[in-house]
Amino acid sequence: MSEVLVLIDHVEGAVKKPTYELLTIAKRLGEPSAVFIGPADKASEVADKVKKYGAEKVYVIDDAPLKGYLVAPKAEALQQLAEKASPAAILIPSSAEGKEIGGRLAIKLQSGLITDAVDVQEGPVTTQSVFAGNFTVTAKVTQGTPIITVKPNSAAPEESEGAAAVEEFSPTISDGAKTAQIVASQPRKATGRPELTEAAIVVSGGRGTGGNFEPIEALADALGAAVGASRAAVDSGWMPHSFQVGQTGKTVSPQLYVANGISGAIQHRAGMQTSKTIVAVNKDDEAPMFELVDFGVVGDLHTVLPAATEQINQRKD
Amino acid sequence: MQVNIVVCVKYVPDATADRQFESDNTVDRVGVDGLLSELDEYGAEQSLQIKEKAGDDTTVTALCVGPEKAVDAVRKALQMGADKGVHVLDDAIAGSDAIATSLVLAKAIEKLGAETKVDLVVGGLASTDAGMSVVPAMLAERLGLPQVTLAAVVEFQGDQVRIKRDGDAATEVVGGTMPLVLSVTDQSGEARYPSFKGIMAAKKKPLDVWSLSDIGVDASEVGAGAAWTEVVETTARPPRTAGEIVKDEDGSGAKALTEFLASKKFI
Repeated sequence: MSEVLVLIDHVEGAVKKPTYELLTIAKRLGEPSAVFIGPADKASEVADKVKKYGAEKVYVIDDAPLKGYLVAPKAEALQQLAEKASPAAILIPSSAEGKEIGGRLAIKLQSGLITDAVDVQEGPVTTQSVFAGNFTVTAKVTQGTPIITVKPNSAAPEESEGAAAVEEFSPTISDGAKTAQIVASQPRKATGRPELTEAAIVVSGGRGTGGNFEPIEALADALGAAVGASRAAVDSGWMPHSFQVGQTGKTVSPQLYVANGISGAIQHRAGMQTSKTIVAVNKDDEAPMFELVDFGVVGDLHTVLPAATEQINQRKD
Repeated sequence: MQVNIVVCVKYVPDATADRQFESDNTVDRVGVDGLLSELDEYGAEQSLQIKEKAGDDTTVTALCVGPEKAVDAVRKALQMGADKGVHVLDDAIAGSDAIATSLVLAKAIEKLGAETKVDLVVGGLASTDAGMSVVPAMLAERLGLPQVTLAAVVEFQGDQVRIKRDGDAATEVVGGTMPLVLSVTDQSGEARYPSFKGIMAAKKKPLDVWSLSDIGVDASEVGAGAAWTEVVETTARPPRTAGEIVKDEDGSGAKALTEFLASKKFI
């Protein structure tokens, strides 16, 4: 069986959940080989993690010579690894960087690229959600090595013990790939809440919050959810852009999405329409968001949410 | 200082219209009203701001690949203030994927560069139709230029460009030396509306239409037939069944909400 390369999603060696989802998908297509581009001293720790989700091999690429530069060196490293391993497919997390790596890699390997897959089955045949979630598209790569970027929450991680044989790989990085220099990097402040794109539950606020996100955050914490925001709330300066859900922000597909004081413009719907269950609270009973909901409350979020939060916390006790 | 800027603009179906697929599974680009992709307006805006800072010698060329009606996207950029437009129009391009589109753009940029060296290639965050967000990276790969992408803030001094980028896990400052490929997000600053004067002036601005042979691309390299991916099926998402909506009266809303969440086992 051919190898399937999975680029590990991590921050300084701390492996993120989408990695396990990708490994689970890779098992459907062949033998999962995890690719760790990161600090070499974290390699064995990372190998232990991916071993539990079926990684048969772990390629370790020390990022010391790469990490000062944007995207291009990682694409070069993956190209050289792919030429050596001849994988059946390459799976990459569908982050901003992941998609840019995929784009460059596709041209280097003369291979087809599919981005933002929400499912990948044998073939590989991918499923994507397009036009603000109004259409589902299935597609396949017809030339070269299929390169597929996969969105978070696209598979339930399945544990299965792999061999996780560590193999060091040292790519040759060209000078041409070292031209966009990362001058400074400020890690995002941890919120203590789940990552927005990976969360099972997202509680969002919009213009209707009037800038007060306390009721949103309290409900999110009661539900163990991530906090999101509409573009109106971000443009008003109430929340940082990293919280924005929608066409120009993050696309989320959680089990539960709670939209509060969000009218439901197409741009916002594009980012959340594929959520499994949708709930809205809004004063305006004509808000388009109510067309999408499984359950809606016409009312003021400033009274409904605190009361609901209290009741939820009581139930948990 | 003279900076020769090429800004890539895409013509897309209006996101607020009823977007559809053709029977061959390509995006319907004719039956639905189209416009300049909103996210490319930010690229045009930043290009114009760079021109304003760098001085009048700077030229901004709006470059578009697309069907006949796509000229509207170029016109909009000209109305905003771009100096000239190039529309690559060829029947063979229909159905091209991002790989082929990036090839056509790269060849057109090379042709422009043969006249005057191109210093900056500017793009948006993503198109509002396919939305892959990969073309700027592909252009950097094809043109062998530094990739300085997804800028929330753009600064430049001489031939040095510095951007702030909200990366996946960190906020980064990325720097590069022109010539380079720059892409900007909707955080980079509100795009201007064309003024009446701008609209009138745009009518007199040069707008070249190039075919594939003008830029040295063979028809077999583009179009649906040359795509390295194939759509198997497109399915309209079934409309969501109407949910239950309650009106909050004296705390009934919170209670009903809690009951609903509990019934779905979210609590």
